[in-house]
Amino acid sequence: MKELTGVYVIWLRDIKRFFRDKPRIIGSMAQPAIFLFILGIGISSSFTMLGGGKGGKDFLPFMFPGIIGMTVLFTSFFSAVSIIWDREFGFLKEILVSPISRTSIVIGKILGGSTIAMTQGSIILLFAPFLKIPITFSSILKLIPIMFLAAACISSLGIVLASKLKTMQSFQVITNFMLMPMFFLSGALFPLVNVPKWMTVISKINPLSYGVDAMRFVLLKDAAVQLYPLHIDVFVLIAMTIVISTVAILLFNTQE
Amino acid sequence: MAAKNLTFEILPGEIFGFLGPNGAGKTTTINIICTLLARTSGNVTLCGNDVCRDKNKIRNCIGLVFQDPSLDNRLTALENLNFHALLYNVPKKLIKKRCDEVLDMVDLSKRKNDLVITFSGGMKRRLEIARGLIHYPKVLFLDEPTLGLDPQTRNKIWDYIIKMKKSQTITVFLTTHYMEETEICDRIAIIDKGKIIALNTPDNLKKIIGGDIITISSEDNFKLKRYTEELINKKIEDEKDDEIKFEVKNSASFIPKFIKNSPVKILSISARKPTLNDVFLGLTGREIREETINSNDAFKLRMRSRM
Repeated sequence: MKELTGVYVIWLRDIKRFFRDKPRIIGSMAQPAIFLFILGIGISSSFTMLGGGKGGKDFLPFMFPGIIGMTVLFTSFFSAVSIIWDREFGFLKEILVSPISRTSIVIGKILGGSTIAMTQGSIILLFAPFLKIPITFSSILKLIPIMFLAAACISSLGIVLASKLKTMQSFQVITNFMLMPMFFLSGALFPLVNVPKWMTVISKINPLSYGVDAMRFVLLKDAAVQLYPLHIDVFVLIAMTIVISTVAILLFNTQE
Repeated sequence: MAAKNLTFEILPGEIFGFLGPNGAGKTTTINIICTLLARTSGNVTLCGNDVCRDKNKIRNCIGLVFQDPSLDNRLTALENLNFHALLYNVPKKLIKKRCDEVLDMVDLSKRKNDLVITFSGGMKRRLEIARGLIHYPKVLFLDEPTLGLDPQTRNKIWDYIIKMKKSQTITVFLTTHYMEETEICDRIAIIDKGKIIALNTPDNLKKIIGGDIITISSEDNFKLKRYTEELINKKIEDEKDDEIKFEVKNSASFIPKFIKNSPVKILSISARKPTLNDVFLGLTGREIREETINSNDAFKLRMRSRM
């Protein structure tokens, strides 16, 4: 019971901070909007021109779940590594010295990051009508738990890194060398078929690949763009989340 | 930073001060007692619990005010307190009452719904003290509670601590490198380079100096020094270019006699009761203040003012 309260408190803090920071919510919609409305429309037009056919029309719907995946990736990752900020600004000490176990802190943090990422991802759905992407209510209901699951996996990864990285400087490096490849090699922007072997290998260990694949299937209901069956995606995500969050808990427990 | 072979006992209900320059090992000691740092050898028990085996029991019965700020700036004062109360298992129906109570004590009731980021350094400190008390700890640790605050705010914070001490039974363990601040302690341990070099009540510590401190400057300090040394029959160690400083048992009867027989013209003379700074100087041969503003400290002050 005490530990549950701990998880709840850590979660609540992240949620409160998120909803209070309205500029951040709006600001974080800018990047997906740029991707969808500029890159997305631009590339689909060029497909139409280069391919000469109407293949371009299919690119926006293809990219849309990928952009939701991107939003989930960045939001959940940044939310988890806010631990580094807390360490720098002293608040982490207040949590570490409290009678709540480190395990509860990690779980609270993962749930907080997942909830926020799920919310942000859902906001992206508001763009769909403007891009003429048909979305049904039932597909949204299926999308939400997938977003949550993918976010939980990436939040756990963020906590693993936050337990190891002690400064904000190293953080910039991680964003460039990890998040961008994770995004590009997830199948979010282009399908990972007919690509070099090394790309396929990386995409297979990238949790976001499975998240994007599942999101794409529930939104488009098109088996042609599917890499793995839905239940495989979900199973791999759950397995990865369990493994990575266990590592996160172990690492977080050993730090001072 | 390290602390070696420290042995001391803090009695229930007292204000115990840890005094020493930066890097003496004060924060290290606190971190060990508060279970934030593992000890390498020896034994530490708090309220009958061992710091290594019963971490959670200890965490439940202590309140901590860290040297560096540890509030969430993006939450309101009340939210910070609520958060803390929930973490420390304060029963839900008591939380509101306790929050009001501690906010009232540190005069922040009117600002309770403001974001902490809008608070001044002194207000943040007060809020942290309030937070440290909300779960009714048996022992409150204050690590340099007034570092980086202006003198007025510093005085106010000490007033709160004395007030709190009167209203509830609590043991206070504090560290500081401001000499004057330790005067409110029941007992003080002077710590230098990781070792306790003296442990006693402030009054008893001052008795080490034995008498009043006299500071004199004259037209010829060298000549005056020789004359004084002959008179008090002691070598004067502490030397500055423009003045000489020494102790005598009774300054009131000493000064007229001294001036009358002085071989050189005296420009100024002052006598005062010894402070703990004199005690530190007497014990270590260094002034505690000489080391107060090092780069690390300056950085901390900058950090604090930025937040």
